[in-house]
Amino acid sequence: MTVLSFYVVIPLGGAFLISLLGKRIKSSGDILANLSTFSLLVFSLYSIKLVFINKVLVYNVGGWVAPIGICMVLDGLSSFMLVTVNLVSFLVTLYSISYMERYTDKAKFYTLFMLMLAGMNGIIITGDLFNLFVFLEIASIASYALVAFGTEAEELEASFKYAVIGSVASSLILLGIAILYSYTSTLNMADISSVLSGKPQSILVNFVLVIFLTGFAIKAALVPFHAWLPDAHPSAPAPISAMLSGVLIKVLGVYAICRIFFNIIAASHKAFFILVVLGLISMIVGAFLAIAQNDIKRMFAYSSISQIGYIIFALGIGTPLAIFGGLFHLFNHAVFKSTLFLTSGAIEYSVNTRDLRKLGGLSSRLPITGYTGLLGSMSISGIPPLGGFWSKLVIIFAALQAGHFIFATIAVLVSVITLAYYLKFQSYAFFGKLDEALIKIKEVPLTMRLSMITLGLICAISGLLCVPAFKPFLQSAVSVLLSGNAYKDAVFNALIR
Amino acid sequence: MTEYILCLALFCIGLYCVLRKRNIIKIIIGLGIMEYAVNLFFVLVGYKTGGRAPILAKDQVVSNMVDPIPQALVLTSIVIGLAVTALIVAIAIRLFERYGTFDITKIRRLKG
Repeated sequence: MTVLSFYVVIPLGGAFLISLLGKRIKSSGDILANLSTFSLLVFSLYSIKLVFINKVLVYNVGGWVAPIGICMVLDGLSSFMLVTVNLVSFLVTLYSISYMERYTDKAKFYTLFMLMLAGMNGIIITGDLFNLFVFLEIASIASYALVAFGTEAEELEASFKYAVIGSVASSLILLGIAILYSYTSTLNMADISSVLSGKPQSILVNFVLVIFLTGFAIKAALVPFHAWLPDAHPSAPAPISAMLSGVLIKVLGVYAICRIFFNIIAASHKAFFILVVLGLISMIVGAFLAIAQNDIKRMFAYSSISQIGYIIFALGIGTPLAIFGGLFHLFNHAVFKSTLFLTSGAIEYSVNTRDLRKLGGLSSRLPITGYTGLLGSMSISGIPPLGGFWSKLVIIFAALQAGHFIFATIAVLVSVITLAYYLKFQSYAFFGKLDEALIKIKEVPLTMRLSMITLGLICAISGLLCVPAFKPFLQSAVSVLLSGNAYKDAVFNALIR
Repeated sequence: MTEYILCLALFCIGLYCVLRKRNIIKIIIGLGIMEYAVNLFFVLVGYKTGGRAPILAKDQVVSNMVDPIPQALVLTSIVIGLAVTALIVAIAIRLFERYGTFDITKIRRLKG
């Protein structure tokens, strides 16, 4: 199936064309970037249909058959992640058209953005462990550069910190791949899985698991490894913050952990309990640190840590309902966190500050930004009809069902704290009296409004993903994770076909 | 076995350098050392005593050959390492322009 290669080829080609034409033709960057992200969105929606018919699809890159050559694998989980990533990235590029006018070189921005997108789509679609590392590095390097895009003192500092910690993580991941290769003499994910299941349990596999967990937990910013995130995410331009918090940490961290823990190594219950504990700590620490912040974007960044904690917690419990809740929350978080970061970008665009203490009463001047911010905040803090409520409810029910009563109580309490700091954001930024100095501010341009409204609407209706009509989309992703070791058989069967 | 232990020592030197040094340039060098230690480990995995490069040629049989895949992978990883180093060095130069120092403890405007 050639269509599988498009997910990587389109953004890479887009990056190349934009860097070639961007300097000469003024608006070519805007047009090319939006065209490529839009076509990626269409292709990823098409992938849902492909997965529905064929279950698993394999494409051999360059015609070399899989265990020897590199292959790309599209299954339920990949398709789910592709839809999430490309939906957010399309709306973010739409938003960037006006927002990035503040910066000098838009063409370079779009080039780096497309490279990051190519890396992320590559990680999702690849079926080869070393190939995953290469795509991970493409996405990471592009994001280091994008964090430093404004080249102000704080941005450079954040980017340096992020780059150093990120490179250490990458070295650890490469070390893990090297050890796994020496044990199984193959790099294909399905092949590794089949070799491992033929060998007796060994301590080396657990060692590799720990190394991978450390590396990917740094990329996902789980709590003992989170130091870079609260600096890097607020320092980037708003569209990039939305991409980093919305999808990058999920693809580089959560997706990779899922794939390795569930499908490749098929980890033991003890290993999954580590995930539960890490998730729980991230949840609590992230929420408490978020309350104290006065910078809007910094508050959202800590909130990301806390919400990623929910996702990892749910995946660590590992029952079908919990995995469903975790992936559902992953989608919801991608949508509402990008809404919130784009809202904060709109505030910064109109008011030129991100300090909550200097704001107030903005909803009278910026009505649309106010409404989308409200929708995002309500969804993330779990107000009933919105998406975030349903996913948190499923996670908490799953924790109760698995017998983790204390953990479920903690999850409920953290949700209350989440509500508290989003109320703080709402009351400081949008309600109250308007400052004299802010009387002249205007609502943001059309494309920015359009993308914020779309994201806000998706926030409002994303709860529908758990009704029977749309459930197969999520359920196919859940069944891939639940099938565990059977992943290799599915891939090999698809190869023969 | 000795070479693996030395490889681990090299990795630890790199990690120590990243964690403990205050000068930005030394931190970058530490990152490089870590990367090389991992690359060295990867090549060692595929090495065989007295092995030759597995090049397929007419009327030549190579019976004792090293594993070529790690070598190819390490080449890729070296190129990636170059890209990261180039980017971080560029950021370090800009940081020096803004703060006038390479001391990491004095570069701390971000708090909270």
